[in-house]
Amino acid sequence: MLSLLLILIAAAFFSGIIVRTKSIASGRKGPGVFQPIKDVIRLFKKGAVYSETTSIIFRIAPTIYFASVVMAILVIPFDESKGIISFKGDFIFFAYVLALGKFFNIIAAMDTGSSFEGMGASREALFSMFAEPAFFILMGSLALLTGHTSFQEIFYSLHVGSYISYAITTLATFVLIMITMIENSRMPIDDPKTHLELTMVHEVMILDNSGFDLGLILTTGYLKFAMYGALIVNLFIGMVPYQYSIPMFFIIQFIIAVVVGLIESFMARFRMGHNAQYIFALTSVSLLIFFGVLLVLEKFV
Amino acid sequence: MILITSFILIPFLAIFIIPFITFKWKGFLLFAAILVEAAISSYFAVNTLMGETYNFAFQGSLITGVINLQIDALSGWFIMIFNLIFLTGSFYGLFYMKAYKNQSHNISMHYIVMILTHASLLSICVIQNSIAFLIAWEIMAVSAFFAVIFEHEKTGTNKAGLNYLIQAHVSIVFLMLGFIYVAYKTGSYDFSAISIYSEQHAGAAVYALFIFFFIGFAIKAGFVPFHTWLPYAHPAAPAHISGIMSGVLIKAGIFGILRMLLLIKTNYTTLGYIILTFSVISGLYGVMLAIVQHNLKKLLAYHSIENIGIIGIGIGLGCVGLGSGNLILASLGFAGALLHVLNHALFKSLLFYTAGIVYQATHTLNIEQMGGLIKKMPQTALLFLLAAIAICGIPPFNGFVSEFIIYSGLFHWLQNPSLMSIIAAIMVVFGLVLIGGLALLCFTKAFGVVFLGSPRHPLHHEVKEAPFFQLLPLYILAFFIVSIGLFPKVFLSILSRPLSLFTGVTNLSFLSPNSTSIDSVQHISWMSWGLILFIFFVYLIRYFFTKNRKEIISTTWGCGYIAPTPKLQYTASSFVRSYSKLFGVLLFFNKKEKLVHGVFPKEAHYETRPYDKMEKWLIDKFLHQLTTGFNKFHFLSHGKLQFYILNGVLFILAVLFIPVIIDNILSFIAFLKQL
Repeated sequence: MLSLLLILIAAAFFSGIIVRTKSIASGRKGPGVFQPIKDVIRLFKKGAVYSETTSIIFRIAPTIYFASVVMAILVIPFDESKGIISFKGDFIFFAYVLALGKFFNIIAAMDTGSSFEGMGASREALFSMFAEPAFFILMGSLALLTGHTSFQEIFYSLHVGSYISYAITTLATFVLIMITMIENSRMPIDDPKTHLELTMVHEVMILDNSGFDLGLILTTGYLKFAMYGALIVNLFIGMVPYQYSIPMFFIIQFIIAVVVGLIESFMARFRMGHNAQYIFALTSVSLLIFFGVLLVLEKFV
Repeated sequence: MILITSFILIPFLAIFIIPFITFKWKGFLLFAAILVEAAISSYFAVNTLMGETYNFAFQGSLITGVINLQIDALSGWFIMIFNLIFLTGSFYGLFYMKAYKNQSHNISMHYIVMILTHASLLSICVIQNSIAFLIAWEIMAVSAFFAVIFEHEKTGTNKAGLNYLIQAHVSIVFLMLGFIYVAYKTGSYDFSAISIYSEQHAGAAVYALFIFFFIGFAIKAGFVPFHTWLPYAHPAAPAHISGIMSGVLIKAGIFGILRMLLLIKTNYTTLGYIILTFSVISGLYGVMLAIVQHNLKKLLAYHSIENIGIIGIGIGLGCVGLGSGNLILASLGFAGALLHVLNHALFKSLLFYTAGIVYQATHTLNIEQMGGLIKKMPQTALLFLLAAIAICGIPPFNGFVSEFIIYSGLFHWLQNPSLMSIIAAIMVVFGLVLIGGLALLCFTKAFGVVFLGSPRHPLHHEVKEAPFFQLLPLYILAFFIVSIGLFPKVFLSILSRPLSLFTGVTNLSFLSPNSTSIDSVQHISWMSWGLILFIFFVYLIRYFFTKNRKEIISTTWGCGYIAPTPKLQYTASSFVRSYSKLFGVLLFFNKKEKLVHGVFPKEAHYETRPYDKMEKWLIDKFLHQLTTGFNKFHFLSHGKLQFYILNGVLFILAVLFIPVIIDNILSFIAFLKQL
């Protein structure tokens, strides 16, 4: 319950902080921290334009996308408190329910019959496919390290043994930040501020969405950021008491947002043709974590 | 006993009546025959799933010995699946066949072989005698062949059928060798002889025996590299036969492997690793090739290979669990496999039936020529979408439940102390995740290109939705797909009996509170409910928010271009282009191209056809060498009759005299030794 609340609060600020960081880094005045929320509220009040090519799929897709991310947030724990629902293997559910949202996002883009949106859909499908093994191997390694298979138990018992686990969590943080960037279509993978449809991934998929649906999609994006942020936070807090962990949650989320902003300000996008390989290389970092865990457990003798 | 006798008699009766009645009555009789057969077998099956086991003995002939029939819970589970798919398939088939109404003889033949396939499939589940089993297996293989070549006037159909027939017989050869070996060693054709033999012997001989059976059954099931018949036979057959073949016929192979695992007593860990290796390769290879297919049914056929791989991963896990005495792992593995058998039967036949409706509406299977069908046939589209989500293993439908159980098994296996199994487990997890991701890519492509966007090709006839009664069996399948997703516990509790055959634990139910990973299924059910209700809730909010807002219908945003045509749409090949570039090493394309030349270019074209690299290297190359080898003897077939007769005479003389000569030589050697 606590995690849901914290993620909702963090989601409200996250994108604003990214935008703010970017504008400060590039020496612009830039919009305020609450501008993304204001944008969404404005969109919720608007009417919509639908393409004549689209069908019912296009209209329900944003709803399902939003619902899938909210369901995924429900299994994320925080400190001692479990997620709304916690069970063995909940991270499998987490990954697969996000896939439901992706599925609908992709077919909604295909529904418009536009060449650009099909391109984005194709890329999104390919990239998210390559990101998935990294996540599963990461979770598998952590499950192996702790001997548990649910988010809460894994995170809670992560730092019980020794301090070597922090080395593993540092690598895991890298993997999770990269996955966050891929899932949210941010900088090294995708440039949300590009002006050319040909080089977009996520933005081009939602070209035809407007009004309430677009608002839902944007809200989902903010939630997703905070959701992955919460996962990263969980890697570090372990079993710290609440009076420390809650401030830590916001501090780490803030740091992640600033880091994302800085990455977007100072890095160029990967070459689109080679994106898939870069993402797949993430799996090898996950494998590194896996072998690290094997070393910690002294499986290699 | 009387039920068994009537079970055998009904197909014969139906076979003799069907050719002599009108089209309408033929269909009626087909459905009636399958219904009665299903009712009889289901009566036994339901009882076995409640915990009973039936044994019958037939006075066989001198050669076979006594033919034992045994209906246990494993047979019961498969019989129920076979019946469900055959009932929906034949009902759907009645409507599908309307288009061929005037081919009376062809239809008689088709209906007869459908009844035979059903009856022989059910018998395979219960027969405990090798020879009788092989006969039933042969009847199934041959009748399925005739069912496949229904449209034999179309090019390619006969070739696909023959391909299937030959490979089915290669499978029979392997099975036969296995059975004969056991009979030679023990002197009995009864299945119990296999367990007796494997208990008495150990090591290589038993593994070899298992490998023979495994290859035999794997050809039927479609494990890579024994899969090459599948992508030809499925598209060539009429839709209901494709659905039945993919849904249940290949499951006969899975049933055979499971049955042999029950019979052969050996070190299961090694078998588990063998099965896991084949399965992960099948899963990955199947889906990798599925993505590049442009023939809708061929795409689905490759997906069957993928799903057989997933089932195999479950079986392999179960074996490893049995071998290491880890009963939780064994139950998770076999439960996942058995449930996925049902799940795959449901969504794959649903997909094939919808593909059949699409085919009859558009007269093509090339997905590049489709598009926008959701507006013309919304029910078919939504049924396809449901099955597509289920086959990708995405909640809240049934595919997720079985994949979740297999994943639970894998993560349970990961806690194993031995390094070897940890690394194996993480590799299989990697494979399974990649399979899931690739399936998503494949089905977003299939659904998006076939049903969404605008039509890519002008059709000269009206496309309309299938009649309600044709869609009825599809809704029944969809109902099961949804209900397994929402009430997985109900279906898993049915599985407890078949599972206890493997694990020996009779009271292991999915409800027991102290079992570790198994109670998660309850949470899955809650989450699925939660997901569906939450989607409704959000949609309701959206409805109330947008009810009074202005809604404009306009053209798709073309980035400033104002005269878009359907040709501008993303096509299936362009959707998977970056994928096929990345995986180019593993794929193979036949290209036909005529490029643009000169200042005033003439007509140019470019065509690619995906081909199977494995088939190219394993089948085509082998066949090529075989033909060149046989061509060496070409001088013998010169067309002169006298020489043929002479050859015949020489052959007969050789047959007669060679033993005599050998005999003489032997006695001469004996004579020399005496000296």
